[in-house]
Amino acid sequence: MDPDNIMLISFGYFEAGLLDRVARDVEQEFLLPVKTREGHLDLSDFYDPARRQYNGNSLLKIVETEFASDSGKTLGLFNVDLFIPILTYIFGQAFLNGRSGIASIHRFSNERYGIKADDTIFQERFRKEVIHELGHTFGLIHCHNPACVMRSSTYVEDIDQKSHHLCTKCLGQLEISRTVK
Amino acid sequence: MARKISILIVDDEESVRDSLYNWFIEDDYRVECAENAKKALTMLESDSFDIILADIKMPGMDGLEMLRRIKSIHSESIVIVMTAFATVDTAVQALKDGAFDYVTKPFDPDDLSHLIRNASKQISLLEENEILKDKVVLLENMEDLIGKSPAMQRVFREIESVAPSNASVIITGESGTGKELVAKAIHANSPRKFFPLVSVHCGALTESLLESELFGHEKGAFTGAVYNRKGRFEMADSGTIFLDEIATISSKMQVELLRVLETRSFVRVGGNKEITSDFRVICATNRDLKSMVEKGLFREDLYYRLNVVNINIPPLRERIEDIPLLVEYFINKYCSIMNKPLISMDSAALRRLQEFSYPGNIRELENLIERAIVVGNGKKITLKDLPPGKEIAAPAFESLDDLEKNHISLILNKYNWNISATAKALKVDRVTLYNKIKKYGLKPLK
Repeated sequence: MDPDNIMLISFGYFEAGLLDRVARDVEQEFLLPVKTREGHLDLSDFYDPARRQYNGNSLLKIVETEFASDSGKTLGLFNVDLFIPILTYIFGQAFLNGRSGIASIHRFSNERYGIKADDTIFQERFRKEVIHELGHTFGLIHCHNPACVMRSSTYVEDIDQKSHHLCTKCLGQLEISRTVK
Repeated sequence: MARKISILIVDDEESVRDSLYNWFIEDDYRVECAENAKKALTMLESDSFDIILADIKMPGMDGLEMLRRIKSIHSESIVIVMTAFATVDTAVQALKDGAFDYVTKPFDPDDLSHLIRNASKQISLLEENEILKDKVVLLENMEDLIGKSPAMQRVFREIESVAPSNASVIITGESGTGKELVAKAIHANSPRKFFPLVSVHCGALTESLLESELFGHEKGAFTGAVYNRKGRFEMADSGTIFLDEIATISSKMQVELLRVLETRSFVRVGGNKEITSDFRVICATNRDLKSMVEKGLFREDLYYRLNVVNINIPPLRERIEDIPLLVEYFINKYCSIMNKPLISMDSAALRRLQEFSYPGNIRELENLIERAIVVGNGKKITLKDLPPGKEIAAPAFESLDDLEKNHISLILNKYNWNISATAKALKVDRVTLYNKIKKYGLKPLK
């Protein structure tokens, strides 16, 4: 059965209008109503002082247990640096074919890499990551099509290479997944 | 479609297992987890995994010990060891014990992707290699050794029993019986099959040429030796050397050969460096070596050195029941080579072939079939397509017309239906030839 909606919940400060713009893109991609709202969490509980990062696994769990609902897909949005124990960092992660996921804007700004700030590129990266993680919640796995938003990206340059759209194959998979579920 | 690569994650930390599990699942791998080495080994008893990602520090059995055990059970498994505390010693030890790679936790997402991509590439190369090996074996074994007669069945059994050993073999049999094919079959079924089978036709070379051919030569060893050259024994290292027409070698070469067979070492012509080579020897002859030994024409010690196993191939006249099978095989072979539709042979022609004496054995039968396909009408091989010869009891053609028609057809095919060339060969003018073609309804082969 098709989920009723997609919920984007922001934890922390996000520039005014950013979430609404991303929500529109997500709406067009998944053809589902997208809502946004603010969430409140004490992020210090998820901070790892040894790594100076925030534990992505724990954040995903809390989003799943405290914020997700059976009637839709929920994505927690953060502005802090995320990690999982085995990897040095992550842009986001989600439960494959599940109800929730998380994504962070922390590593998307050019300034972080010593390059001149570019708001368009920053927003582009963010919306691609949001659509990518939501794709996982719909059961989509990584795609080999270089232009597909579901292509695996380990660097921001990888994100820049792909589009924010699902390829034909992934759209087909999405259709099947939404019909079957 | 490529199959899913399977990954087993072995780590005592649940968060690590979960993280890796989620990461790989999104990449469409088949993923399983084990929280300790013992459980991983139990899982490996009933399931196999392409890649095993194992932590080094685990309670109970550590990752290195597990790596050694996995390698002893599944030597082809790719094991990647992970640790949070990297030391050069453990890394070296892991690689010495057969680990594919060694990574320190936490790693960059890109490193992880690279690691798994490299391991997957290695897996597909290994699989491709196995498939190609099987194909090579299939190709080698598909060679033209054909026969269901008891005599050939005996030969097959002998090949099967001798092939896995390292024993020297002498293959005897009349000319054209397929001695080289038997040598190929022995090599193809032996553990040396992935190394070269080097053939030397001893009868075709003079003594000095044979010496240079077998042992190689150094630059300047003789006039014309302008570069160093490896000998056939050297080329056959780890493989098999097939010495055809062994009875024809001179007594000097017999001494040289005996020495090489005893020591497996030799010196190139004009050289002074001892070269060793690990080869298996298979010889063939159409002569009676035993009687040559009795007459003093062949060294007895060399004879016994070579004649560990003797395989005798029966002449075709002693296994006429194999002729239909061989005919079918050669028709397939030549129709395919000549790009012609597959044809058959009528029963009268087949009966005729079974009356033949075949002094040239299978080679002769093969030539007969090739010729019949060339001169035949492209539909069915009949008596007319077989050559008239003294060995065939009944004449191929009763009437002069049939004889003339067949002959003209033969010459036309020989000259690719070039009318001028055919008329010239038949010593008739072109008009006469056109009339004959019309009279007999001859048409070019399609």
